[in-house]
Order: sequence, then structure tokens, then C-alpha cells
Amino acid sequence: MNALRFFLNDKWLELSGIAPTTTLLRYLRDNQRMTGTKEGCAEGDCGACTVVVVEEDGQGRPAYRAVNSCLLLLPMLQGKRVYTVEGLRTGDVLHPSQAALMEASGSQCGYCTPGVVMALFEACYREDLREPWQLDAALCGNLCRCTGYRPIREAGQKVAGSCPQDRFAAGLAAAAPGPMGLAYSAGPQRFVTPNSLSELWDVLEANPAARLVVGGTDLSLDITKRYAEPTLLVSLEGLKALRGIRDLEDGTTWIGAGTFLTDVESWSCGRNAPLERMLRYFGARQIKNRATVGGNLCTASPIGDLAPVFLALGARFVLASRAGERRVPAEEFFLAYRKTALGPREVLAAVELPRLPAGARVASYKVSKRRELDISTVSAAFYVELNDAGRVTAARLAYGGMAATPARARSAEAAILGLPWNLEAVAAAADELGHDFTPLSDHRGSAVYRLLVARNLLRGFHDETQVTAAPRLPHPHTATAQVGGAQES
Amino acid sequence: MAAPAPSPASPLHGPALHESAERHVTGEALYVDDLPAPPRMLHAQVVTSPVAHGRIRRLDLERARQAPGVLAVFSAADIPGENNVGPVVHDEPVLAVDGLHFHGQSVALVVGDSPASCRRGAGLVDLEVEPLPALLSMDAAIEAGSFLGAPHEISRGEVDGALAFAPLRFSGEVRSGAQDHFYLETQVSLAVPEEGAALKVYCSTQHPTEVQHLVAAALGWGSHQVTVEVPRMGGGFGGKETQAAPFAVLAGLAAVKLGRPVKLWLNRDQDMAQTGKRHPFLARFDAGFDHEGHLLALDARLYSDGGWATDLSRAIMDRALFHLDNAYYVPACRFVGQVCRTNLPSNTAFRGFGGPQGMLVMEEVLNRAAERLGLDPAEVRARNFYADAPRHETPYGQVVTDNRLPRLRTELLAESRYAERRAAIDAWNRASTHLKRGIGFQPVKFGISFTTSFLNQAAALVLMYADGSVQLSHGGTEMGQGLHTKMRVLCEHELGVTADRVRVMNTATDKVPNTSATAASSGADLNGQAVVEACTTLRERLRPVAVQLLELPADAAAEVTFRANAAHARGRSVPFTQLARAAYLRQVPLSAPGFYRTPGIHYDPKAGRGKPFHYFAYGAAVVEVELSGLTGEHRVTAVDILHDAGRSLVPNLDRGQVEGAFIQGLGWLTAEEVLFGADGRLLTHSPDTYKIPSLGDAPEHFQVRLLENAAQEGVVHGSKAVGEPPFMLALGVVTALRHAVAAFGQPGREVQLGIPCTPESVLRAVVAARVR
Repeated sequence: MNALRFFLNDKWLELSGIAPTTTLLRYLRDNQRMTGTKEGCAEGDCGACTVVVVEEDGQGRPAYRAVNSCLLLLPMLQGKRVYTVEGLRTGDVLHPSQAALMEASGSQCGYCTPGVVMALFEACYREDLREPWQLDAALCGNLCRCTGYRPIREAGQKVAGSCPQDRFAAGLAAAAPGPMGLAYSAGPQRFVTPNSLSELWDVLEANPAARLVVGGTDLSLDITKRYAEPTLLVSLEGLKALRGIRDLEDGTTWIGAGTFLTDVESWSCGRNAPLERMLRYFGARQIKNRATVGGNLCTASPIGDLAPVFLALGARFVLASRAGERRVPAEEFFLAYRKTALGPREVLAAVELPRLPAGARVASYKVSKRRELDISTVSAAFYVELNDAGRVTAARLAYGGMAATPARARSAEAAILGLPWNLEAVAAAADELGHDFTPLSDHRGSAVYRLLVARNLLRGFHDETQVTAAPRLPHPHTATAQVGGAQES
Repeated sequence: MAAPAPSPASPLHGPALHESAERHVTGEALYVDDLPAPPRMLHAQVVTSPVAHGRIRRLDLERARQAPGVLAVFSAADIPGENNVGPVVHDEPVLAVDGLHFHGQSVALVVGDSPASCRRGAGLVDLEVEPLPALLSMDAAIEAGSFLGAPHEISRGEVDGALAFAPLRFSGEVRSGAQDHFYLETQVSLAVPEEGAALKVYCSTQHPTEVQHLVAAALGWGSHQVTVEVPRMGGGFGGKETQAAPFAVLAGLAAVKLGRPVKLWLNRDQDMAQTGKRHPFLARFDAGFDHEGHLLALDARLYSDGGWATDLSRAIMDRALFHLDNAYYVPACRFVGQVCRTNLPSNTAFRGFGGPQGMLVMEEVLNRAAERLGLDPAEVRARNFYADAPRHETPYGQVVTDNRLPRLRTELLAESRYAERRAAIDAWNRASTHLKRGIGFQPVKFGISFTTSFLNQAAALVLMYADGSVQLSHGGTEMGQGLHTKMRVLCEHELGVTADRVRVMNTATDKVPNTSATAASSGADLNGQAVVEACTTLRERLRPVAVQLLELPADAAAEVTFRANAAHARGRSVPFTQLARAAYLRQVPLSAPGFYRTPGIHYDPKAGRGKPFHYFAYGAAVVEVELSGLTGEHRVTAVDILHDAGRSLVPNLDRGQVEGAFIQGLGWLTAEEVLFGADGRLLTHSPDTYKIPSLGDAPEHFQVRLLENAAQEGVVHGSKAVGEPPFMLALGVVTALRHAVAAFGQPGREVQLGIPCTPESVLRAVVAARVR
């Protein structure tokens, strides 16, 4: 049946005739006249439009997830439950997230407030909130221009992880999203969500030029900012085969390309420091709740933050088509500016990370104008392998923001092979970076700054890995390479 | 006529929830774009200039008019009245006539049945342009002699002589950048035709009266034909003082022409590209000090980037000059300021209104002197504080009375353990290679009053109904600062009614006419006095009625107190439900206006002398930062603020103003960068590229205390204005960063740190410090 079906504040909706590129935000405001959810930017950068959707978490359990409704296309909600700020009050009783924000004087002009409430709502029901940085990470996607954030953080400290035993907790148990399979059309536009890979191959066979989408955190901007009207979108969100993280027998880690970054991040905590580090400042919670590994890699943006990490970790990308799977080393995936090795009717299915050998040192870095929710000026991930004599036997020095694609610094790598891993080796590598890269000057930073930071990060990496082979980020921290100070004194 | 005795039931000076707090958190609070669409409502979109400077060769609207869903396309020729919204100087056409003066200037208005129809129609407007060379920086404008108005000078003493003999003399340059307001709610107006030739405009504006006058003028109407109503704003910060008006005029024009309601809402990119920002400033100075860090003379020439039209630029330059001195006595000075005219959006009011830009110059001068002299910058500041005569007069001749900075400094430095921490930081820095820390002390003195003296007036209207409930209107607008809450609390206090029996009405020009903008931190001071007066009038009318109902002799009237929705005297009480009804039956009027004007302020701009300010607000901050010498990334780790809000009307609201202003100032100084392309097009037109502070930028230690026992004479209930002054406390971040940068180099050298102190700017400063 040609209809969109989802729950809105526990009310079952069936929609037809509405364009599949309609965002949830516009639908709420224009069609439902529910104006609590605000448009602040229409690009996922301010959080004023935050709503909560029930998704399956990494363990397959239903979980509340805060998302930017400005980037959510209605067909992405198929079979799901959506809650907006209007749906939280029970009778006259405010939800704890509302009450806490109100009592902390956490609203001034009030325009960002519904979004903050919804971000807090998700945080209320999270069981994984243990460290203070997690609270900041849960709320950093909500810009507020009035309060200076102190009262918002205070409200968060009060309710985050409090797991109130209320109708929402009870509802969650029974709220597992249904199958997403969908073939919806309205006017000239179609949106198809195959339920299986074979269905996907059929769709791609018939429509080789179809645009693929999962979370829509990048693609939706074409619609909200550039007013694109794509005739066919094919969502990979219904394909369970592309989701999840597994340890294979040979020690390889398999990460499904359709896995949401929030789930990758929680998996990586304590398991894969460079991935964890990069994901800390990869967009906001709302973005990570929808963005996927595959989406970040397939846009092949020079500043896609996962790419340097996978380049440094020696990842293999699993490319799938009806003909079967093929594996491509990460560095052979990015061909040119926004161009990948994916053939027609082929999708990125997974990323495979080989087990790190003993003697490997590895870390990742992201430098941006603002720590949270910003695009990298320079990102980097480094891997060096040392033998017993402390000499470099392998090196992968990968950068984002330095060239037209995420790329390894081949000359710098070559310069340190066989050298003892010390400051002289760092200088030798740093001196080669000018040969490896000719970065651009733009509004994020000048070429001179980019090159200087690229060099200095090598020094930070060296110093940091003197103590720990795969350092995590401390909290609070000032710099992406948090070395010196307390450790030294 | 005595005010009611302070009673424990009064909410004044106590904590109060924002009057809309519950509606904020439930999403029920309505902003202009949330109002139910009136029947037959149309949408509109502005067509803008594709060049920074040029002439219109041809403007053909026919194809756009034929587009499906488009009802009309208007150009300047369609404006029946005045095609101008310049608030002071009439140099700002609503729609371009022939000259194009910035990339994004409004040229035409497309009106259609949906935003999408308007967008498609806008794409069909045929605009042929002859591009002309554009002035895209202050430097270019100065070289070309392109200015808005004459220079303003404030001078005292023998500057040249004092400089010539100063033991330490140095000159330099200070630049500060633009800042987008980034109110979360963008500009929006909804114009609804009313019966006869009349129009109602719902507008997100800090200045409904000006919007009313300008809409009427554009239509060739009398002001009485237009009503402007402001439900609330999703943030203003000065950006909706003058710059809501052009969009309101366009919506109003279309609504009247088509006889249908028209909404004009700008999306984020349109808003950022079209509207003005905080003025960038360029200062060139020559300063003289003695060896102990006493400032002897300062010669400073200020330029600001006014953009293409005057807007409020001249008043903003005035305030910059009035705040160059900040908290310090300058024995000899020559302060000159002039506004550059460039081909950029017309810059406008933004929290602080030039004050931060002026003050930054002085703080830079003091920091550089302290660095050269090897002194603690906090000590240099204290040595230069205003003091007793003869060090008591500002450069413009106003005497600094009741200077609270020595007290603020003593209390704050002690409770923040400034000296101890500074020593500990220096030791820590010696042991750390890549990370360095810094600490800064920042005092602020800020003049309160519109410097255009006549604007210091306000009015209110209190309506009591026969059941004793109250509607309160006043001339101020609510943009999140809590003004409506403060006004309600004053009304509760003066009338003895409880919060649930007072409703603060939307600001509307048919309730209170001829208002000033809610600006200059003056909202509570001015409107509060007017509310008190209106309530007093009403209360005095009720006294005789109360005495009759209480069956007391007439001489008991003076003893009647009003609290908890009742009048009380000699142990007897009568509830307002009865009292108001009785007053009504006795034909006692139950509505009362109130009016206030600030006494005793004046300024002569030709002489550069006067008393422009009713009083000064004060504050002080101690800021600690940490930065990385590898990347230039930095973080504010701790902030302690002691702020003088007088006897605060509602302390938790004032604390919120202090915290919010500080973080906004932090954004201006460290992260927010407005960048234009070589063609004059704004590059940073959305939060993707324009970075205001996010939650993680707020320091984990963020201590704000309001000064106690600080009642201010001559201001409503001893309170003080608080909207703008704390913005400048963030200047302490720069001092702290300079301290940390200096730790990478040799002592006794001036730090080279450009503003905004982005990671790139900081790393550049670190590199410079290491080399020298």
C-alpha cells in the first residue's frame, strides 16, 4: 500500500499524497500545526528541531534517540514511534526533562528550549551515562544564544540517566520499530526502502542512478538548502545485513556500513581508542543518532572524519553487489574529490578492521574552530608499528582536510621507516608533509595553519604514545592532542 | 502616598520563574511564525542584489509574475509612501531604486501561495546589473575617504605633550570583528489587513513603535492606521532593534496591496546574508605610561565598519568613545571616532552597542603595557581605576560617583584566589611543554541610558478588572531577558496581587504609544518606573474604597496595605474580588497609565561634554584558560564573576543575563568569525560555518555572584540594568589567553594575538612568541 505509517506522540498516522522529501519538521509545523518544534537552521547544526524517535540500539533493544527533524524525511519514519515536545506532558504533570529545565531557569527566549527538552528526554532514559563528558556530548547539538548553558548543563545533571519509571519507560519495552520496507510515491517522487539485499539489487537493477540514503544527515541538506527534488531515493535503513558490529574469528572487527555512529561510538568505548576519540567530536548526538559509517565514507568528503581513522587502521572496505562481495583497501576507496571506487549497482556493506599487532601505536585527532559539532579544519589518524629495537617497521599517517580526498602522507611515512621512533623521526616525517600535501585556504583555516597543525599533530602523537600505545581522551581536555601539563608536572 | 511596606508576601528581590517558562518547555509559547495562519495567508520572499556594488540596468518582473502560485511581485515603484527605513538618517531604501550597495540588498518582493512558489518565482526575476568596484573593508573605505557622517571627538588635556614625555610610549593597532546576532528565531513579520484602511503587524522586533511608524510611512498612512504587536522574540540582542523594520514594511506593503495576510519569514541563510552585525572596529593608538603602569595619555582613533547605510552606526560609535576609558582615569586623551561606509550589510546594534569594541581598545593597551613592563595586568588595571578627585572625571566630563570597582575587585580577587592561582599557573607553565595556562582579571564600568537623551522615557498601562484581576501592558518587549517577569513582579509588589492574577500582555502599539526600543539595557529601569507609577495611581484610588469596605474612618486610608489579593488595615481585610467590584460600582476608574523619564541627563556632541548616563553599572571577572601550543585550541576552564546588579529585582534572571552575556562575549572574542568573499558575498551564512559557543564551551567552573548590599539610588527599587554590561566581562578571556601565549616566549615581550582568538589566531601568536 502506498502509505507512510508511523506513530506521532502515540497516535497512529497513515499518510499518502505527501511528497517523500517532506521533512518531519515541515510536516509537524505545516501539516499538523504542531509548532513547538522550531526551525533554527534546517541543516542539523542548531538542534531547535530536535524530536525523539524510537530506534533499535546496538544490542537490538528499543531506545529513545534524539534526532534533528529538519533532516528526517517522512519515509524514514516508517513503522517508528516519534515523540515531540507536545507529547511529553502527562495531564498537568511535566516530564522530568521539562521540569528540570524550567526549574533551573534553563529557558530565556525559549526558542531553543523544545529542542533542549527533547535532547534531555533522550538522556533521561539512557543507561550508559557514566562520565561527565557524556552529558556534554548529549547536549552539544543544541545551540542556545541566551543562557550561556550553565543552567542547561545543570538540568542535564539532574535528569540524565535518571531512567524515570513512567509511561515512556513502559512504552519503550513494547515499542520495537516495525519492518521499514516501503515503496512509497507521491507525484513524480519515489522513496523505496528494501527489506532485503535481493530487493535492493532489484531496485538498483531497474534504477542504476538511484540515490542511496540511510540517515539523511548529508543528503537531506540537498533538499532543505538546495531545494533538490530527487525522483527516487533508495534507503538502506531496512537492511539488517548492513548493521551491527561483530568480531570475526581471525580477530578482524566487522562494522556494518549501515550502523549508526552512536552505536559505533558506544561499541568503541574502551575497545578502539582512535575510533572512540574521533567519534567524540563527530557531529552532535542528534547527528550520530542518524549518521552511518557508510554514509560518512561514501560521500568521500575530504573532511569526512572516519576516513583517516580507517586509513590509519588499515581497514578493508567490503563492497557488495548482486555479483557478491569484493574487498578494497581503505586507501583505494577514495579516488578523487567526492568520488569512490564503488561501481554501479554496488554498495558499501561493511568496514573490516584487522586486529592491531603488539607494538602498534595509534591515535586520532580532530582540529576544528569549535570543539563540538564542527567540521574539521584538519583531522588525522596515525599508526606506527615498532619492532623490539623501537624502530618503525610500518607507518600509516592519514589526514583529512589536507587534500581533495582523505589521504595518507606517503612521503612522510617513507621518511620514518626504519628510524627509531623519536623526535628526530617526527621532524623527518613533518618535513615531508609539505611534499605530501598542498592544502587549501578557506573559511576554516589557512593553508599555512593546516600544514603547521598537520606537522604538530605528529609531535603530539609521538609524545602522547610514549605513555600509552592507544591513548583515549581525558575529560575535560583542551586540545585534540592532550599532551603536556599534568602528565609532565 | 507611601509605598506599601515591604512584606514577606512580596516576590520582589526574590527568585521567580520566567513568566513563560512552562510554555517554553512545553512548546506552547507562540512566536510570530507559530501563530495560526489567518485565512488566505500568503508567503513572501525577498529577491536580493547579486553584487556588492552596482547599478540596476534592467529589472523585469513579468516572468516571475506569471509563475504558478505567484500572486504579485513588487519593486520600489510599488511603494506608495516613503521607500526608506533609515532610523536616524534616511539613507536606507527598503527596495533598491537603481543603486545596489551590498550583496544581499533587497531588490524585489515575490508574494505567493507557498514558500516554494515564492522561491520559484524569485528565480524568475530578471535582474540585469552593472557591477561597480566595491569597498569591502574598513581599510579600503578609509583610503577612499568613504564615511558615514563626520568624526566625533572627545578630548581632555595636553595629549601630545604628555605622550612626548611618557617614560613608556608605544603605539599600535587593535582590530575586532563582526558578530552575527544568531538569535535562534530569525526575522519574521506577519501583516494582516484590518477593516478599513488599517493593518495589524505581528512582528519579532525590539522596537514596535518604529516598525509602526515605518510601515505607515511606506504606505503613506498615518501611524494610527497601523498596529504592531510583539508576542515574544526568540532572541534579539540588538539585531531586532532597527532591522526587523524593512521586513515588516515589505510584509505590510504586500498585505495592503493584495488585501490578504502576508508572512515574511527569513530562513537562517537569508537572515544572515541580509542583516547587519556587530560593527567591526579598527583602532590606531598612541599610549603613554609611567614605569609603574599608570596610564598618562592615550591618543586613539577609532573606525567602525558601518556597512552601506547609517542605521545606528553613529550612536554606536558614540558609545564606543564613551567606553574607551572603561574603568580607568585617563589624564590626557584624544578619542576620535568615525564610521566607514562600505559595501557590506548595514551593521547595527548588538549587546553593548559599541561599548565592547571601545573597551577592548583600552584593555589591549593595558595588556600590552603590562607585558612590556613585566607587571601583573590585574595590578595595572587597579592602579588606573577611577578614584577620588582629581581622578574622578570621565573624558566627557561626567563624574564617576559611587564607584564600586575597588570593592568588586577586593572581594572577587580574594574569593577567586587570584594571586595564588596566578603563581600556581606560572609554575605549572614552566613544567608543561605543549599546554599553557593563563588567568585574567576584567573590570567593567558601563554607562546606563540611551546616549540620545530623549529616548530615555517609557510608559505603562495597568488595567484592573472588576474581579480584581489585572492586565499589565508596558512599552518594553520580551526577548528572553525576563522583562515581562520583572514587570509582573513589580506589579505584584505594588498592587499586592499574586502572579496568577496578573497577565502581562503582548507588547502592542495600541496599548502603549511612542515607545523607545527595548535596548541599551534600559528595559527594566524605564518601563519598571512607569509600571510602578501606574500601579501607584491605581492603588491610591483604591485606598478610600478599601477604607469604606473595611468600615474604617477615612484617616485610615494611609494605613491600608495591599498584599495577597486583598487590602488590609487595622486587622481587617477585604479581598480584591470585592474591592475592585466596589470600586467599579462607585465609578472609580480602574485603568491607569504610568510614565517615566530619566532626569538630569544631557550631552553636547560638539563639545564632547555632558552627563550622558544616569549611572554606571559595574562588574568584574576572573577567567582562567588553557591552550595548546600544537594546535592553538583553547578552553576556558574557570570563570568567577562578581556583578553589580544593584538590588536585583529578580536575582535568578539577572544571573542568567550575566552568564548568557559572558558566553556571548566569549563567542565574539574567540570563535565567531564573519567572513565575506572577494565578491562581497557572506561566506559564513549558517551555523555550519559560523560557530557560536556550544555547551562544551561553557566552563565547568562558572561561578556568578551578584554584589550584595548594592541598592542603586534613583533606579526602580534599587536595581540596576544588567543586559549589556556583563558582555564585556568576557574581555578577560583575551587577557588570560595572552598570559598563556606569553608563557611560550621570553618575558617582557608584547604578545601578538589577533581577535577573534580562534585556534589559528592563537597558534599564530604562539609561533610569534616562540620566535621572538
